[in-house]
Amino acid sequence: MKVALVDYGAGNLTSVIKALEAVGATIDLISESPALADARAIVIPGVGHFAATGSLRGAWTRDVRLAINRGVPLLGICLGLQWLFDGSAESPDTPGLGFIGGRCFRLEGPVKVPHVGWNSLDRTDRPSRILDGIPNGASAYFTHSYAAPLVTETVATTVHAQPFSAAVERDYVFGVQFHPEKSGATGLRMLTNFMRLAADRR
Amino acid sequence: MLAKRLIACLDVRNGSVVKGINFEGLRNAGDPAELATRYNEEGIDELTVLDVTATIEGRRALLDTIRQVSKQIFIPLAVGGGIRSMDDARAVIDAGADKVSLNSAALADPSIITEVARVYGSQAVIVAIDAKRAGDRFEVFGRSGTTRVPREAVGWAAEAADRGAGEILLTSIDRDGTRSGFDCGLTSAVSRAVQIPVIASGGAGIPEHFVDVFSGGGAAAALAASIFHFSEHAVRDLKTYLSEHGVPMRLDW
Repeated sequence: MKVALVDYGAGNLTSVIKALEAVGATIDLISESPALADARAIVIPGVGHFAATGSLRGAWTRDVRLAINRGVPLLGICLGLQWLFDGSAESPDTPGLGFIGGRCFRLEGPVKVPHVGWNSLDRTDRPSRILDGIPNGASAYFTHSYAAPLVTETVATTVHAQPFSAAVERDYVFGVQFHPEKSGATGLRMLTNFMRLAADRR
Repeated sequence: MLAKRLIACLDVRNGSVVKGINFEGLRNAGDPAELATRYNEEGIDELTVLDVTATIEGRRALLDTIRQVSKQIFIPLAVGGGIRSMDDARAVIDAGADKVSLNSAALADPSIITEVARVYGSQAVIVAIDAKRAGDRFEVFGRSGTTRVPREAVGWAAEAADRGAGEILLTSIDRDGTRSGFDCGLTSAVSRAVQIPVIASGGAGIPEHFVDVFSGGGAAAALAASIFHFSEHAVRDLKTYLSEHGVPMRLDW
């Protein structure tokens, strides 16, 4: 199964590639949006500052929307999840995809920020295909300072001073704030779910 | 709730794991990929590979080690030792490291912190500080703890955070290799001064030491080497013990 991995210059892709390969993916690293036209599964990774998603403006945004409308499964990881929303307080002038309503906010409170380490995924009442087989309370690895609000699409929440969306899901669009590529067996299970969903869509 | 992290440090020299006592007297303790796999099965939360060689052959072996470990193990992997430039950072990250740990290079030119953070994000940048008590101050040492630099640990940690570090790895030179407990005073002083997580290192000997540094020292994570290397089930037993003593731990793996 071929996965189109969007390379828009936001940090390290090696770990994501290795984990996807470990669950049977062949990676098609794409740096130009027209390549999305024949993608069967899309992963948008990303670490770092929300401003980095600025390079997804224009053609990328248009071609991602077209892929979503075709029903191509899409997974956003970390910054990739945040980009699915309207925007982020981290870079107010950078628009997100706007597929999910709401703006990302900075984590605040009597806690260490960034939120770094293993925290639990609390499943919501909304059924989830991407978290299939992952028990309530399972641990996942996070590293971020900004987070997405709780919305209708939220399928798992995590609390670090404040609750935020750890995973969102609508149609064939999925987003996770944690790093499945660094979350041990739980992360690999989630990636396997994504691959299976993509394979079933073909 | 965010769990406290246990990090196993693999001191690697020419492709095999060693552990220094007070940064001297190294002894062999196994193959890095094999040890990493065992730790992962035991439930370790994160791995740090510290390269204690500086030779060309040693660096090549290090990159091979990182490639091997990161192909099989899907938990965070930090790499430190001898990262002097952006090119060095890029090489270990391309090999599969998630974070680089900067020490002497950051002391020599702190702008490298910002440079690496700008390309890979702050979450990829750990600034490692080796500190030694001098009265009520904590002096900073570079070059594997051998050379004193005109900096003080609390201030240096705050500056590193301002420059873009995502975490501080704080090693007590006084305690390292002694198994007499972490320096909780040092850990607490630095942890209170910065908003980013502090990883305590140096002095782990018995499980109580971890309780002390997580509760009294304010550490977000604790790093150790020999306590994990020389006994079976050490990681699992320690996690169970800490959990029973009220320290939030990741127990599903």
